[in-house]
Amino acid sequence: MGFTIAEKIWNNHKVFNINSKEDLIYIDLHLLHEVNTPQAFDILRNKNLKVRQPNLTIGTEDHNTPTQSIDKIIDNPVGLHQINMLRKNCAEFNIPLYRLGEPGQGIVHVIAPELGLTRPGMTIACCDSHTCTQGAFGTLAFGIGTTQVAHILATQTLALHLFKKMVITINNQLQNGITAKDLALTIISKIGVFGGKGYIVEYRGEAIMNMSMEARMTLCNMSIEFGAYTSIIAPDETTFLYLKKSANIEPYIFEEQVEHWRTLQSDKDAIFDKEVILDASTITSHVSWGTNPSQSVPLTGCIPNLESFATEELRKEAELSLDYMKLQPGTAMRDIPIDVVFVGSCTNGRIEDLRIVSEILKGHKVSKTVDMIIVPGSFAVRQQAIAEGLDKIFYEAGADFRSLAGCSMCVGLNDDKLKENHRSASTTNRSFQGRQGKGSFTHIVSPPVAAATAIMGRLASPADLID
Amino acid sequence: MQKFTIHRGYAIPLKLSNVDTDQIIPAKFCVGSSKFGHEKALFSHWREDPQFVLNKKEHGKASILIAGDAFGIGSSREYAVWALQNYGFKVIIASGYGDIFYNNALANGLLTIILPLSFIKNLWDLIEQFPNTEVTIDLLTQKVQALHLNHLFIIDEHIRERLLTAMDMIDCTLENIHNIIAYEKKHFKTCEK
Ligand code: SF4
Repeated sequence: MGFTIAEKIWNNHKVFNINSKEDLIYIDLHLLHEVNTPQAFDILRNKNLKVRQPNLTIGTEDHNTPTQSIDKIIDNPVGLHQINMLRKNCAEFNIPLYRLGEPGQGIVHVIAPELGLTRPGMTIACCDSHTCTQGAFGTLAFGIGTTQVAHILATQTLALHLFKKMVITINNQLQNGITAKDLALTIISKIGVFGGKGYIVEYRGEAIMNMSMEARMTLCNMSIEFGAYTSIIAPDETTFLYLKKSANIEPYIFEEQVEHWRTLQSDKDAIFDKEVILDASTITSHVSWGTNPSQSVPLTGCIPNLESFATEELRKEAELSLDYMKLQPGTAMRDIPIDVVFVGSCTNGRIEDLRIVSEILKGHKVSKTVDMIIVPGSFAVRQQAIAEGLDKIFYEAGADFRSLAGCSMCVGLNDDKLKENHRSASTTNRSFQGRQGKGSFTHIVSPPVAAATAIMGRLASPADLID
Repeated sequence: MQKFTIHRGYAIPLKLSNVDTDQIIPAKFCVGSSKFGHEKALFSHWREDPQFVLNKKEHGKASILIAGDAFGIGSSREYAVWALQNYGFKVIIASGYGDIFYNNALANGLLTIILPLSFIKNLWDLIEQFPNTEVTIDLLTQKVQALHLNHLFIIDEHIRERLLTAMDMIDCTLENIHNIIAYEKKHFKTCEK
């Protein structure tokens, strides 16, 4: 019996078997941000320990950081404190840190691939649930808690429980204008917020092979939203081309690396515990209507009627969601008015997303009733957008393209919060109650839907702009 | 982290599923650099509603939280665990947990028990009717008991051992540091920066 790609990487990194349920796994790259790390460094200090491999560790400032002006950071004492803690801890333990406004800084899951640090066959861990994003490169990437951060800092390893294996095969091609985001929302609505629990999920099939690295990251990013342990896509020519540009590797070493990376495939006779098959050509733009990401429908559809839910539990959840969201069953999604459009986050804050949004905005104006905020996922994304003139298109359309990169309105830790009773269309990954601001409502959308919605003032697709 | 053997206390029925960590503690309260002092932030948006179960007088001194399915999904913030502990919870009962939350809870000695939803519903009914019911959680016999209701729970034997002895994972791994050194000698190649 053959091995899956996840098993191969796991076995390569196994330091030893702890017990019948857990292995100690070596971590090749450890990523830190300011929110979930101060207590981890205190654990180290209390134990009088050093960081075992500071040069396999990097930090970035992303969650609390302002997006309008670098001086704004002073305005937020709480955010400033956490950022200062990270600066102090990185300096004390010799960990490289990408500071706000410096090249390299950005959302942790955006910068690691950009800097060429995320490479096939690696193990990566980060104090953040969306670390699974990096599985797009054929890596095993785990989101962890603060106690586990301390464990890695001290030992460069993690005790990880064994996993089940799932493969999600996406046959055929996505239609024009349908994105990885729509695919992710479709998968989650089909298998539920817990469908991936305990599984390392491998995505494969024609639609995946045709995706850019950015799109693959969007898809892997959302794997945690159906509870996956993590997710992975086998590396291929698209991956190698991306790495040729991003990873600073000598050409002759690079070729050697590529030869090794090519072996990172699931064997033909590898056995998965579960398989899900989808036809990409049937997928349309998806938007969420509820307070968990499984509550989504095609944009052309309506909020489901309560009788349509298969179980009492699902019906009750839908009722609670709609109550919070102040929405009625049966409402057409395209009749839902939107106050704020947010483009950004580790799901859709990369250059490809900004390009898509600019193409749709070009020659249009953002509706008078909508505030549109575009926050680059990283310093480099912003530079690239400016180099391509996207900033001018955003400006002319009346969108607010922010000058600093970070999580921003995805989580509302900086000044970019939704007001109470305001409704957003966001290219983010979570529609939890109050995530973007207390008493606010979030609809998760793809970048093209975000752009069209900004123009129309209600949930809309680019096709709606034509008539 | 304290050793866990038996806990007796009052329980709160949180009759909800898919309680994400943004609800347990909203992001804006994930501040400071301590594991303590987060009790006020626990469920803070929901607690503004006087009808929310944590605000009910009869559940004042509860130390056991009984939720539905998929408790602690979403963000990896360990603040969610600290806030629950700071408030006074020693045990969570649910029919399933978000993986990262589950690991975080056990790493801090917060016992997260998995029981079938059907039994959880019986517990909710009982506690609603008699809020002063004492609930006993015995990690030695792996049993939950409240008046006439009782149920065995399954917990991984290794996790159980760690809770019973308050074992520190970092110390434990460091005892095997020679294995890590050997691994590094053999493999050091990846991730040049
Ligand atoms: S962009 Fe949002 S989801 Fe991504 S790391 Fe930041 S807060 Fe988390």
